[in-house]
Amino acid sequence: MPKQIILAAHFPGVNNTTVWSDPRAGSQIDFDSFEYLARTAERGLFDFFFLAEGLRLREQRGLIHDLDVVGRPDTITVLTALAAVTEHLGLAGTLNATYHEPYELARQLATLDHLSGGRAAWNVVTSPGAFFGENFRRGGFLDHADRYVRAGEFIETARKLWDSDGGDFAIRNSQFDIEGRFGAPRSPQGHPIILQAGDSDGGRELAAKHSDAIFSRHHQIDDARRFYRDVKDRLAKYGRTEDSLKIIPGVSYVLGDSDADAQEKAHHIRRQQVSPQTAILLLEQLWNTDLSGYDAEGPLPDIDPVLDEDDTIIKGRAGMYPDRLKTAAEWRARAEAKNLSIRELVIEVTGRQNFIGTAARVAEQLDEYVQTDACDGFILVSHLTPAGLDDFVDQVVPLLQERGVFRTAYSGTTLRENLGLA
Amino acid sequence: MTVQLAVALNGDSFDAGHWIRQVRLADEAGLDFVTFEDRFGRHGPDAVQVAARVAPLTRHVGLVPVATTTHTEPFHLSTALATLDWVSRGRAGWQVRISTDPAEAALLGRRRPLPVEDLLAEAGDAIEVVRRLWDSWEDDAIIKDVATGRYIDRDRLHYIDFAGAHFSVKGPSIVPRPPQGQPVVAALAHGPQVWDALDADVFFVTPADADDAARIVGRIVPEKKIFADLTVGGHVPGDAATFNGTPGQLADLIQSWWTVSGVDGFRLRVGDVADITEGLVPELRRRGLFQPSAHTTLRERLGLPVAVNRYAARPEEIPVA
Ligand SMILES: Cc1cc2nc3c(=O)[nH]c(=O)nc-3n(C[C@H](O)[C@H](O)[C@H](O)COP(=O)(O)O)c2cc1C
Repeated sequence: MPKQIILAAHFPGVNNTTVWSDPRAGSQIDFDSFEYLARTAERGLFDFFFLAEGLRLREQRGLIHDLDVVGRPDTITVLTALAAVTEHLGLAGTLNATYHEPYELARQLATLDHLSGGRAAWNVVTSPGAFFGENFRRGGFLDHADRYVRAGEFIETARKLWDSDGGDFAIRNSQFDIEGRFGAPRSPQGHPIILQAGDSDGGRELAAKHSDAIFSRHHQIDDARRFYRDVKDRLAKYGRTEDSLKIIPGVSYVLGDSDADAQEKAHHIRRQQVSPQTAILLLEQLWNTDLSGYDAEGPLPDIDPVLDEDDTIIKGRAGMYPDRLKTAAEWRARAEAKNLSIRELVIEVTGRQNFIGTAARVAEQLDEYVQTDACDGFILVSHLTPAGLDDFVDQVVPLLQERGVFRTAYSGTTLRENLGLA
Repeated sequence: MTVQLAVALNGDSFDAGHWIRQVRLADEAGLDFVTFEDRFGRHGPDAVQVAARVAPLTRHVGLVPVATTTHTEPFHLSTALATLDWVSRGRAGWQVRISTDPAEAALLGRRRPLPVEDLLAEAGDAIEVVRRLWDSWEDDAIIKDVATGRYIDRDRLHYIDFAGAHFSVKGPSIVPRPPQGQPVVAALAHGPQVWDALDADVFFVTPADADDAARIVGRIVPEKKIFADLTVGGHVPGDAATFNGTPGQLADLIQSWWTVSGVDGFRLRVGDVADITEGLVPELRRRGLFQPSAHTTLRERLGLPVAVNRYAARPEEIPVA
């Protein structure tokens, strides 16, 4: 039997993937939008609905970033409301281990698991620097390495609380010293599903030790296969089997009547996603300095990027460029070779859709990724709120079902069962 | 003027169906709001989430969960309650609670509970932060201006820059201003220590009788909405007066307290919402004392004024171009 594909629906987020300027784009905050996408995902028999989180509005050049979608609901609260309008769909939320406390968050996740009949999932993230800390009592209290120590002990602590079955606990480790009565009986999944999204060595190790799935950003097929091997090879030392950790990259797609039609649509969307203003801002994220004096329709800067990772020009977003000089050199070479303006270059090198083609081609490629161990499934990120997944559900899902790689009905009652992790 | 009616639910069920049934009864009976009791360490679900879980399945009734300011992050409280207002389309409230119990502190790992005065002061700061964050987006901050490529007008977003004895919070909120602007803030108040200190819209008070209720009403500033708490069918003595009797007798009591004291309404602490929707509510309606409100937001139902945004420029302050 071929591997079964995991599918999740990412609510369009606060970056330039989401095209708010399209006349069809709906509200980013009205509950109707969340309900619509969740119902669409459930109609498509998806495994789960996914929400990202950021605990402070992004800033660039010291100003609140105004070119992309800004603002979103509180993760736990909106997921709990979505439990009222869905029956089978997993409800996965990104929640920061640095700015929550185990008792409170474990209780909230247990509550979500109970009130949804076993559909809760937690994407554990740490956080970019002290920037978020200014909104919280504790301030920016942890550096990068300690954030993963805390995240690991947080997960261990939460699992002990869930295992207490509502009873007494006393937990002492390097980060937490807590005791009392948990108060929430064992929830339908026992432990809500844990996802992890960090990409550094510390993040991968945390995932190998503790998580059920990884939300990865590796989507080029070779890179994805390397990442897949790297992480799955870490499992044995924790006594885990390879199929106990699912690798699920976030990916985007564009469907067309023909492959050429899809390419054309994809290019149109890319132009919507990268306005001239956005092109300069995205370039600044690599150059790490103010480029507002540059013309988006003109050539790339000849100055070098600024290598100060403690004071990045964009705040509130995870770092994307481990080697700024190398990436800048590649971009320059590409722009020169093809005579591209800043905007044209940015359209090419950032955020290009991962799967472009007819529904048949996209279904085939998704299947190839999964069968050749580039991943175990996909978190689909569409560019339109809330109807962006309609075409996928209507056209691609039936083809995946025909290929025998995607369910034709929900088999389990809990998310853990549907993911094959029970 | 008719009397306003709320119920206080204190259930510990983790079964969504239980809550849906209870809150739907209140919704269908036209009650003004339901409060959901909570505290750390109790056997029972998180109250904000219970309110969120029933929100899409109800239409009119206000949803007012208890959430504690001691040990918690005001930023999370603010965004959770704003989101409750979004998912309920303008029906959210918040019953503020402080925690004096060392056992609760131990759950969170904060081991030294402060004296009550400090906890109340901290709650006051938390309310201030929560309210400022709700206002930190102006209602028209989302402009979607394709010409300039801007989704928001960042001049209509505001840092709140709160610095107090217990925390400082920068802002703005990550959640756009909720439908009510300011969801309704409520608190249980046994005395002036609470009603003089906290910036709440609604106080739940615990008079012993109608005259006591009148005295209390006389001591609280008139803008506040005052609900008298009554425990219905209770046998355990608690902080609120207990009533045992027929629906007609309860209607008599409500009628006399309301007429004598000038409270705005009653919050009935019940075991089951059906205890009052079957007998009491029809009886009060028959007497013309209770009439379900046609308003859709909780603020409107309670007769609270439109929440003016503290950060929005008043028309006279907008410089002439
Ligand atoms: C695909 C992906 C998605 C992420 N989503 C979020 C998010 O929604 N919110 C957040 O605060 N951090 C998010 N992060 C950041 C990570 O949690 C982590 O803080 C960051 O990657 C730095 O850790 P690292 O050095 O291990 O990668 C994401 C990271 C990745 C790779």
